[in-house]
Amino acid sequence: MTELTAEGGHGAVPLEGVPAGSSQVKHDWPLYEVFVRGKRGLNHVHVGSLHAADDEMALHNARDLYTRRNEGVSIWVVKATDITASSPDEKDPFFAPSGDKVYRHPTFYEIPDNVPHM
Amino acid sequence: MTATAEPDLERLFEHTIERDQRIEPRDWLPEGYRKTMIRQIAQHAHSEIIGMQPEGNWITRAPSLRRKAILLAKVQDEAGHGLYLYSAAETLGADRADLTEKLISGRQKYSSIFNYPTLTFADVGVIGWLVDGAAICNQVPLCRSSYGPYARAMIRICKEESFHQRQGYELLMTMMRGTEAQRAMVQDAVNRWWWPSLMMFGPPDAESPNTAQSMAWKVKRHTNDELRQRFVDMSVPQAKALGVTLPDPELKWNEERQHHNFGPIDWDEFKQILKGNGPCNAQRIAHRRKAHEDGAWVREAAAAYAAKQEGRA
Ligand SMILES: [Fe+2]
Ligand SMILES: [Fe+2]
Repeated sequence: MTELTAEGGHGAVPLEGVPAGSSQVKHDWPLYEVFVRGKRGLNHVHVGSLHAADDEMALHNARDLYTRRNEGVSIWVVKATDITASSPDEKDPFFAPSGDKVYRHPTFYEIPDNVPHM
Repeated sequence: MTATAEPDLERLFEHTIERDQRIEPRDWLPEGYRKTMIRQIAQHAHSEIIGMQPEGNWITRAPSLRRKAILLAKVQDEAGHGLYLYSAAETLGADRADLTEKLISGRQKYSSIFNYPTLTFADVGVIGWLVDGAAICNQVPLCRSSYGPYARAMIRICKEESFHQRQGYELLMTMMRGTEAQRAMVQDAVNRWWWPSLMMFGPPDAESPNTAQSMAWKVKRHTNDELRQRFVDMSVPQAKALGVTLPDPELKWNEERQHHNFGPIDWDEFKQILKGNGPCNAQRIAHRRKAHEDGAWVREAAAAYAAKQEGRA
């Protein structure tokens, strides 16, 4: 039998003998990234992406897809192509400027125990 | 930024996994990992999407407004699950339209459980209880999958699955308090769905040679047989509380193993369904294809409208 894994979620799916898919982009609505503010006082957080024909539809789709149970009070959508990102690996030289500046952290400074509220 | 040599990247990848940290979209990945993840996530997504059909069949015939509203919300959730997962697959470089094409052309698969028909309204309850219950067993370990976007999608999905299972079980409890005919209907649905639910966990471990690689990559946390055993052990007391019998004369508690023993699974039936010979295979794909094709003009019209608006701005 072909190898199947229970990790298909709603049931076993084959992991061999199926094409993985190509990244060749077919004609489709653009991809939007979605950010949701969970409640007042919190930042918007990235929750996933969706496809929509335009900004307004992206916002509506985001509401239906990512906030069906009051998960948010505010939504941002932005076309994925408009995002500029660093490489996510924290060892990347991009983040080197902050790596050697330990003095930016409060724990860098030694304060005697008898000084209160600090 | 400097280009790092491939052996270093591979070591970094393995190190990230060893430390139980997540792999994120723009990380370097071995091609085998990328392909395995796309296959797994895409076919999981397809299962959610096709999974709307068996229950969707009963939306217009739900016996009360309450049951109809619940069923609509449940089926809508399954659509949502599919979309979270397609979104995760896209972070690996897959293209959504291409994945849809691979589903409706039959080149990628979906879970065989959705190729069985839903004959009575009791099936809606049993699907929630057993099919979503089995899905929960499969999906909870996936919340710790090494691939970040997949793990995050699974956390969201698992929260919603709990509603699915509970609404199903509550529906069945209600029917069991009803007439003799209703109780018989529940038992009949349990008889039909029990074995296919056990098949959801896939073939026995002895027939799954690549499990080791998936375990090493932490995309798989438990073997098919482990998950199946867990599901059986969970379901037995639930069946008892409901007052139904699970259709397996060999099902009984094994004191020594501290698990239930259960009878042999008919893998021939499973293989037939995989081959496309299940009761509803053709119907499910035909329905998905029709929905996709019937929607083509809407997608085109919306794209044309967006282009026009952009031209005006
Ligand atoms: Fe689901
Ligand atoms: Fe579900």
